[in-house]
Amino acid sequence: MDIKTFIIVAVIKIALVVFIMLTGVAYTTWLERKLVGRIQNRWGPTRVGPFGLLQPLADGIKFILKEDMIPDNVHRGLFILAPALALTMSLISIAVIPFGEEITIAGHTTALQISGITQSTGYISDINIGLLIILGVTSIGVYGVALAGWSSNSKYSLLGSLRASAQMISYELALGLSLVGILLLANTLSLRGIVGGQSGTWTLAGQNTHIPHWYIFPQIIGFFIYLLAAFAETNRIPFDLPEAETELVAGYHTEYSSMKFAMFFMAEYVNMFTVACLASLLFFGGWHGPAIPGLPLILQQLLPVLWFAIKVFFFIFLYIWIRGTLPRFRYDQLMAFGWKFLLPLAIANIIVTSLIVTWNG
Amino acid sequence: MVHQVLFIVFGLICVAGAVNLLVQRHPINSALSLVVVMASLALIYLLLGAEFVAAIQVIVYAGAIMVLFVFVIMLLNAGAEERTRGSHIALFAGVPGLAVLAGTVAWLLIHSSGKLGSVAIGSEPHNIAFGDTHNIAGLLFHNFLLPFEVTSVLILIAIMGAVVLGRKEV
Repeated sequence: MDIKTFIIVAVIKIALVVFIMLTGVAYTTWLERKLVGRIQNRWGPTRVGPFGLLQPLADGIKFILKEDMIPDNVHRGLFILAPALALTMSLISIAVIPFGEEITIAGHTTALQISGITQSTGYISDINIGLLIILGVTSIGVYGVALAGWSSNSKYSLLGSLRASAQMISYELALGLSLVGILLLANTLSLRGIVGGQSGTWTLAGQNTHIPHWYIFPQIIGFFIYLLAAFAETNRIPFDLPEAETELVAGYHTEYSSMKFAMFFMAEYVNMFTVACLASLLFFGGWHGPAIPGLPLILQQLLPVLWFAIKVFFFIFLYIWIRGTLPRFRYDQLMAFGWKFLLPLAIANIIVTSLIVTWNG
Repeated sequence: MVHQVLFIVFGLICVAGAVNLLVQRHPINSALSLVVVMASLALIYLLLGAEFVAAIQVIVYAGAIMVLFVFVIMLLNAGAEERTRGSHIALFAGVPGLAVLAGTVAWLLIHSSGKLGSVAIGSEPHNIAFGDTHNIAGLLFHNFLLPFEVTSVLILIAIMGAVVLGRKEV
């Protein structure tokens, strides 16, 4: 592939993925309002369009047209930088997530991943530290929240961002350690490699069990640690103390209005998508699913994307379902849970997994 | 070619961040400049083919340690520092001292480059096997197992010391 085609293909992929991502984010807010509404015996949005389907569009227009206020005594530079940082960092993680094998359009074959390249030999290459990039970008994203609260020069914002940074550092440890079990099984850090290790079915004592070779089965403890830690990382209920509205007005984004507020909002939802994508890729076999014979080539190649999307949708649904079900933790409970329960459990999981992996050779 | 350009760009960003760290009067701006330094160092490691070290640099230094710095600055609500007028000793002893130090380090590095080994910026991916995760794990857990474990015990002792010093008197 020459450099010109490479750039054109890359730009098309980036534009398409970001467009789908942001549309997904907009409609997740609609889905959330609808579902939480039904859980609480309400209708949710119904006025704008059929079933309120145009509500995200109306919200978007509202966000853009509202007056963008910057309070007098804020630290101006950081106040403007913070939401941009939060949104940028959450969007960067999408670049390393693979959505499927590859796709052939008009004679060009390319990997279904922004940072994946199909080489002339037909071999798909991928960033081989994909998982670490996501963890790194997430840890930089903490600055968005931390700086937002500090630069706002307001008590509620500062308390919110102090809580957010303490919570995110604490749960990042459990999150990182919960993934080590997967890495021990897959023997690679490349997301494409990890998904590749999950094709086929498990065999038990020489018998084919017909259970898909997903890592959720040996790593069920790791999965629950990941899920809990990831909920805390994305500041969602039951861990949404940084923006606990009953105590802190709106937490770290109290002073933000208009598009800057929307950027924090979008960052939160994009992070939810990243968590859902990672959970599907690492524990649920990514794009692997039953093949349907007799489809044209392009649909054959897009079918894995459908399986992947269904898995991601399941986790988004889970997020909303839990929001409609659980109350918020108290702060000391949150910290004790992270350090005294999740972290030791994650370490025990690593020890047991490595012993079994060594035992099996 | 692209790699050399990127190396110079990130090298400049790194130095600019370091200078800004010293010049800024507000501790939070200095801390953020340090984050920029750490991040551009990570990108330089990446250009040298040490991708695992680059990722760890971002996760541990730029992500975890610097967030703690920022956290402490926010918690103490530290304001802008007062600036003393520069002393003459710093000017007359510091600048030549810095030049001598930098010169010595550069001279040592150039003269013992044969012993230290070298790596070309942006060499082909199949040539650089030393930077990948398997090789680093091999080095840490086979060749340098004892120093590695001793270092971790040392850090553990430091943490325990901090806990003992920081605990409330009962």
